Amino acid sequence: MSALRFEDATIRLGGRDILSAASFVVEDGEFVGVLGANGSGKTTLMRAALGLTPVASGAISVLDRPVARGNSSIGYMPQNRGAVGGQRLTGYDIVASAAIGARFGFARLDKARRREIDWALDHVEARDLARRSIGELSGGERQRLLLSQALLGRPRLLLLDEPLISLDPAFQKGVVDIARRLRDELRIAILFSAHELNPLVNAIDRVLYLGGGGAVIGAVDEVVTGPVLSRLYGAEIEVVRIKDRFFVMAGDVDVERDAHRHEGGGHAHFHQHGGAHV
Amino acid sequence: MFEYDFMRTAFAASGVAAILAGTVGFFLVLRGQTFAGHALSHVGFTGATGAALFGLSPLAGLVGFTFVAGIGMGLFGEKLAERDVAIGMMLSLALGLGLLFLHFYTSAATQATALLFGNVLGVDDSALISLVVMAAVSLAALAFIARPLIFASLQAELAEARGVPLRFVSAAFLGIVAIAVAECAQIVGVLLVFTLMVGPAAAAQNFSRRLRGGVALAAGLALAEAWGGLTLAFYSDWPTSFWITALSGLVYFASLGARKLTG
Repeated sequence: MSALRFEDATIRLGGRDILSAASFVVEDGEFVGVLGANGSGKTTLMRAALGLTPVASGAISVLDRPVARGNSSIGYMPQNRGAVGGQRLTGYDIVASAAIGARFGFARLDKARRREIDWALDHVEARDLARRSIGELSGGERQRLLLSQALLGRPRLLLLDEPLISLDPAFQKGVVDIARRLRDELRIAILFSAHELNPLVNAIDRVLYLGGGGAVIGAVDEVVTGPVLSRLYGAEIEVVRIKDRFFVMAGDVDVERDAHRHEGGGHAHFHQHGGAHV
Repeated sequence: MFEYDFMRTAFAASGVAAILAGTVGFFLVLRGQTFAGHALSHVGFTGATGAALFGLSPLAGLVGFTFVAGIGMGLFGEKLAERDVAIGMMLSLALGLGLLFLHFYTSAATQATALLFGNVLGVDDSALISLVVMAAVSLAALAFIARPLIFASLQAELAEARGVPLRFVSAAFLGIVAIAVAECAQIVGVLLVFTLMVGPAAAAQNFSRRLRGGVALAAGLALAEAWGGLTLAFYSDWPTSFWITALSGLVYFASLGARKLTG
């Protein structure tokens, strides 16, 4: 069984093809890093798998079934965390609101649901954090707490959109370690998007590189090379590797650094930018 | 003071409106849509003066107009409801229209003051029954959508991915807000709706870190402020609305202090 399959999938947003006839397969239980410049379709890919963005042509299947909205076998952590950061509510109430938030009516937080919440919190070591006000947590702690929500309903596929954004390197490592542990303990497939490959490089099984509307998946050594990325972007790209660190350069611009700076500029939705920054 | 019929009615009416306002207000503050609530009250002014001009019941005009405007604002989506300039323009346009209606409506002065600053002592029995029925329906509707509403308020994108219909929730909620606004306007007037809807709710969120406790506290504070205001007005002979705003402000600023202290 494959966790996520794109077959010649084209996704169009605002008259631009974010993905054009992209094909790739993520196997069950593998940890895949999703990379690519701003506007290359990382978020769009996840939203399409969730059924939130329509496919213009081609097909997407999740766990061998067609895409459906509200699919409970997918756990999602959006890049835009919403209004939780400024709240004074306890982490527990935030996670609980997600656990029963999809139901209308007079749903109560019963024993079974509480157990489910505790189970999710335990898997990201956030049981203690959940007692505190979310506004008091550090960036890394908050990320862990929010990550627990993606586990509610025991999904088979996790889509984590930029969980490392605006985290210090030490916290970044903590979040990556948790993701790796989730794959090992729960044997679920994880798509983990990031601006930089380096924090992920020792943890992921494969890398999915997006660019120029296309997608390439494979081992880091095979994909993150000058020839493969140049073909993907249709431009001259060089990859410099120093031990376990990769630097992807277009001309004399470091592509990933550049992407990072743009994100820092406060643009929440990358697809509003022009083309890929290559 | 309870030997007077009008005081008993005033206590009942302000109690019902306060509980509804405090509860609905909690969600309004949680969603960061307080300005939308404020704008709805001004739309209510237009509805009430318009209804009076055409010989209809001002309460019906107030409720009808705010309700339609609330649903409309919700349907335009989260984006519009949070857009300050668009809401501000709507607010002044509504007040301007209301002024025009007043201009054509001759016995205007007392009517206008009652609408703008409230007249809880003027609530009669039939109005009280309307207030109770509307509050009961609104609270039931709010309880029904509460779970998706909280989820969508705190984490809209995640809620959408989990299948929560954001637009429906938003429209239904602003419809409920409109009813609460109309009830409040009966007590403290359209200009001071903030004092019962936002003051107690914002204070509750400063005092409490829990959802359930916060909602109960917001309703409790609103009730205490409304009844406290009525009592003070009875003994001082100053306007009720003034006392309610004074209490609401006092509690809110105390909550800011408490929040500073507890971190």
